[in-house]
Amino acid sequence: MTAFLHHFMYDFRTGLRDKSLLLMNYLFPLGFYALMGLLMTGLNPTFAPTMIPAMILVAMMACTLLGLPNPVVESREAGIFRSFKINGVPALSIVTIPVLSSFVHIILVSILITFTAGPLFKAGLPLNWGYFVLILLLTAFTMASIGMLIGVVSPNSRSIVLFSQSIFLPSMILGGLMVPSNMLPPGLYRISLLLPTSHAMNAWLGLAFGMVPVFDPRWALLVLLSSGVIAFALAIYLFNWDSKNKQSGHSPFLALITLVPYVIAAIFLAR
Amino acid sequence: MQDEVVLVKDFTKVYSEVIAVDGISFEVHHGEIFGLLGPNGAGKTTTMESLEGLRQPTHGSLSILGVNPMQQPKRLHNLIGVQLQSSGLPGSMTSQEAMEFFCAYHHVPPRQDLLLRLGLGYKLSAQFSTLTTGLQRRLALALAIAHDPPVVLLDEPTAGLDVGSRVELHEVMRELRAKGTTIILATHDMAEAEKMADRVAILLKGRIAATGSPTQLTATGSGLVKISVSSEAGSLSQGATAFPEVSQQLIKDEYVIFYSRDAGATVPAILDYLKTHTDHLVDLRVERPSLEDRFLEITQTDLSNGGKS
Repeated sequence: MTAFLHHFMYDFRTGLRDKSLLLMNYLFPLGFYALMGLLMTGLNPTFAPTMIPAMILVAMMACTLLGLPNPVVESREAGIFRSFKINGVPALSIVTIPVLSSFVHIILVSILITFTAGPLFKAGLPLNWGYFVLILLLTAFTMASIGMLIGVVSPNSRSIVLFSQSIFLPSMILGGLMVPSNMLPPGLYRISLLLPTSHAMNAWLGLAFGMVPVFDPRWALLVLLSSGVIAFALAIYLFNWDSKNKQSGHSPFLALITLVPYVIAAIFLAR
Repeated sequence: MQDEVVLVKDFTKVYSEVIAVDGISFEVHHGEIFGLLGPNGAGKTTTMESLEGLRQPTHGSLSILGVNPMQQPKRLHNLIGVQLQSSGLPGSMTSQEAMEFFCAYHHVPPRQDLLLRLGLGYKLSAQFSTLTTGLQRRLALALAIAHDPPVVLLDEPTAGLDVGSRVELHEVMRELRAKGTTIILATHDMAEAEKMADRVAILLKGRIAATGSPTQLTATGSGLVKISVSSEAGSLSQGATAFPEVSQQLIKDEYVIFYSRDAGATVPAILDYLKTHTDHLVDLRVERPSLEDRFLEITQTDLSNGGKS
């Protein structure tokens, strides 16, 4: 336990100490939040009621999709995982700890956004705080697991950019953050169901903010939970200590199994 | 029966179709410094990494204190300390954090004393990426030995180090040996191996070309003694001179160098020659063949045999 705590504390401090991680964990999401609060609430009055979940999702994506995978690939390439293996650091810790520390960074940023958005930008506050926290924890776990899986299966930094951006950019446009999902044309709405952010927004709006959800938010919770568990399990299963000496021998294409809950949702939850 | 700590038997490692290590066998005894020598691509690192449990042998067996590195990794990690050729530490980790981190995984208290002993006392809060190569190597060594492992594997531990750091690391290695720690030292540096190792194995193209103590290995070569002579008038370099037992002669700077089978016969003859030619001796050095000379001899033989070692 002491080793796990030391490892966790080191990883958490790295999230504040490393400039690129600090940017992704705090500076970019909080800067974006401030900018959106100043601009969007004036331009689009319908934005304020959904501002808190939307900005928390941006923070989650920055931390988990843009920040988390890179150190995983760099550590593997630099032989750091080999050194960890020799010294008895288990693969489970290597996969779990960055997920947990991302979780803590996300919660810190979320607290900041939640408690300042109301007074500063007249953002709508949650009506059901229990569901708000539950969905926050569930989505943070799912996004962090997906980020870790991207780090595990990416052979290099270029691949990370490709995989991460293929979730980040569509999520910003179609994920219900800027434009409500119910305003999307049917085809784009179906595509939006392939994104975790769409499910998180639907669950938050329906269960925590007292708005009318696009589909039953309990399905959204199920999709988030199942994809998070699948991504986390696959990250452990596909983990490789060494890029030059692949011992797991499992195909990285197995990572696509994470998409299954989203594909099922896109088929059955379409309007 | 001798106390064999490390046992390598008929070990072969094949990558795709390349044979990196081809059926080598050796053993390392308790409290011994064993040098693995060889040029790049000889199979040193593959052997070390297989002993560390990082690579699965294609054939043969390896064991450290009876533990199979691949099959019993949990038992292995407290038995060995490893200084890898590459850094193996995150750039943002400080020296103190690294010590706490690795000691926690080995279930031992952090060894602050080792950081001080290795000159890292004033760099406890410095991140790994900001340390000089010498300090990075010192930290890697401190981490490798912090849990007091019975076997330490060092891969090129002094590569790129200044003289002071090298001497310091050699001193630490001697202290470890005195405590009964078994050390496997993979190195390119023949002088280091000759100075530090009790026994060495010379690897060439994945096979052991020679093994024994540095003294044994140098004695089994052609055994030519190097005699370097410098004189005031340079008479030795002017005329054709034939001295007893000399098989080769060359001129380098102001020295004439003779390779002799018997220095006892050659040296008096050289001195007589100088006296006869009214020349005065400035410098005369007699050197026995070094491990490096023997190593070069072995690799040259391998080349002249078309690599069929």
